[in-house]
Amino acid sequence: MNMVASFLILAAILFCIGLYGALTKRSAIIVLLSVELMLNAVNLNLVAFSRWGIAPNLTGQIFSLFTITIAAVEVAVGIAILIAYYRSKGTSDVRDMNALKR
Amino acid sequence: MEAVYAQYAWLVPLFPLIAFLLILGIGRTANRTGPVIGVIGTSISFVVALLVLFEQMKGDGMAYVWNDLEWIRAGNFVLEMGFEVNPLNALMLVVVTFVSLLVNVYSIGYMKDDARISVFFSYIALFTFSMLALVISENVVQLYIFWELVGVCSFLLIGFWYNKPEARAAAKKAFIVTRIGDVGLFIGILLLVWHMPEHALDFTNIANAFGNGDISGGIATLIAILIFIGAIGKSGQFPLHTWLPDAMEGPTPISALIHAATMVAAGVYLVARMYPVFEASPEALQVVAYVGAFTAIFAAIIALTQRDIKRILAYSTVSQLGYMMMALGIGAYAAGIFHLFTHAFFKALLFLAAGSVIHMLHEQDIFKMGGLWRRMKVTGWTFVIGGLALSGVFPFAGFWSKDAILAEAYHSQPVLFWIGLFTAFLTAFYMARLFFLAFSGPAKSDRASQVLESPFVMTLPLIILAVFSIVAGFVNIPGSDRLATWLTGEAPGEHGSLLVIILSNVVALAGILLGWLMYGKKQLPQDWLSGRAAWAHRLSYRKFYIDELYDYLIVRPLRVIGYFLHLFDEFIVDGIVRLIASMTTALGRTGTRLQNGQLQTYGLVSLLGLVIIAVAFVGWRFVIHAG
Repeated sequence: MNMVASFLILAAILFCIGLYGALTKRSAIIVLLSVELMLNAVNLNLVAFSRWGIAPNLTGQIFSLFTITIAAVEVAVGIAILIAYYRSKGTSDVRDMNALKR
Repeated sequence: MEAVYAQYAWLVPLFPLIAFLLILGIGRTANRTGPVIGVIGTSISFVVALLVLFEQMKGDGMAYVWNDLEWIRAGNFVLEMGFEVNPLNALMLVVVTFVSLLVNVYSIGYMKDDARISVFFSYIALFTFSMLALVISENVVQLYIFWELVGVCSFLLIGFWYNKPEARAAAKKAFIVTRIGDVGLFIGILLLVWHMPEHALDFTNIANAFGNGDISGGIATLIAILIFIGAIGKSGQFPLHTWLPDAMEGPTPISALIHAATMVAAGVYLVARMYPVFEASPEALQVVAYVGAFTAIFAAIIALTQRDIKRILAYSTVSQLGYMMMALGIGAYAAGIFHLFTHAFFKALLFLAAGSVIHMLHEQDIFKMGGLWRRMKVTGWTFVIGGLALSGVFPFAGFWSKDAILAEAYHSQPVLFWIGLFTAFLTAFYMARLFFLAFSGPAKSDRASQVLESPFVMTLPLIILAVFSIVAGFVNIPGSDRLATWLTGEAPGEHGSLLVIILSNVVALAGILLGWLMYGKKQLPQDWLSGRAAWAHRLSYRKFYIDELYDYLIVRPLRVIGYFLHLFDEFIVDGIVRLIASMTTALGRTGTRLQNGQLQTYGLVSLLGLVIIAVAFVGWRFVIHAG
């Protein structure tokens, strides 16, 4: 079996788990974690292509570094929002976050 | 002879138009300047009109036509705008500007305390413009436009005091009833477009086509009758006369200008202008003659018993317009126009004198007046002169014109002669009744016993008109056919008759005598007719129940139809609209249920969408490759 395919399958599984978590979990923290999972699935893809792709080069790895950085920032902002939200509303349940309705 | 002033005849309607625009532009603050502008505009028009008339009188009656302004071009059809000056409309120009000028002056006094005096003067200026433009119109379409415009002005001015419900109703009635006639005229014009060679619509070509016999027989009769229906509406002929007496709700100067002297004469003018069309069809002329004669006697009978001073004069106007129509119908073209000319003076005089009484007395019921003769000398004298002129007593203006009509009728259609003579008797009688009830005898109310004469600005027009009511008749005395020759361009047969002169005078004097005996000297009891034949009195007083008849025959059935149409509109048409609206609302409600604010749901839906798109895309590729 092709080397890249196994990485892709693993990445797809990771992505799906992340997606499932992001769409179904009640706790905002877990949703945030799930989003991280999805991002890392993408990272895995990038690295896999950079090593075993058709034209292997370092661009993919550099991109994954970017992604990790961005993801760290995103988590920092996300957690900050969640804490602020928790302080004002007293909950971190995603189901209660329906302010978009109005 | 080269026409000089005729080239500038378009200036005549221009000045009132400028006056109208000026007053409109200055707006409601023009309560002082408005009347001045109106009077100045009309006087300039009057001067120009006089110059045009004098030139036409010196000339040989040749028409001056200017129609270089191309208005509509559709294929081969070209409609030009322009104006025409001939003896008939030169005369009309002078009459209209003259009466309009005097009414303008009079209104300064009459409308002095009205808050909307500037609006009033702007309406008068607009009316004067439309009427003058109607008179010098060169083709039928142009005439029709101004025909409608004078109708609008009439509507505006009848409803001038629009917080009176009767005035509103009268304005609406006038507009709707004349509209019935206008539809006839409009269809007539359409038929003309259809049948005229080259679709020409100017009066010269129409006269030629009908004169040559290009259009004759049934279609000529049809066109003539349709045009006459337009004239019936405008001139208040039976059966469309009902609006004219109601139009008296408007200010009295308006009754004098529009509903006595000028606009209502537009119907007569129209028939005169389209006379070649009528000449092509003897049947149509008969219709004109009999409708006119019937209207004359019918309205005179109603006028016998009315109590409102303006309504009596209004029915008298209807009756006299019937006279003019009758004259045109029996072929007495010049006599009809002559009567139009003299009638404009003495009927405007009578209305303005009545207005003077109403202005000072605030009363319109002649049974509540009495004794005005001693307190309102100028009004009284001028009213007498107008009344005598209307009754047709020698040597006042009405005598000459009425005599000219009667003489023609005596020679061509004796039946109409006797109808006309009887109408003259009735006319003299109701004028005598009006005069003796209102002016002589003891005052019948406190106000009537201490009323004062109107201000000079109102009596001056009365005096001027009174002078013209005396002398205007000498324009065309029997034995001299100058007017007829000038108007028609050919010398008519001589129809003067001493018998007719004597008869018409005797009849008029008999009418006045009877009126004097009943209402002046009171030797005859006032109720000798109403006591003996109460039904006849009732019939006349209730105007032959024509209004009620129309109400039951036309207005109410239309209301019923309207009610059902309203139901249809309410439940079917509106129902469909409401159904669509509620369906959309329901759709929207379903949509809001999706918008629950749950980001996770949104994400899920987006994911589903993505999956569907992906599956469709892949499936499409698969189909393409497999196929």
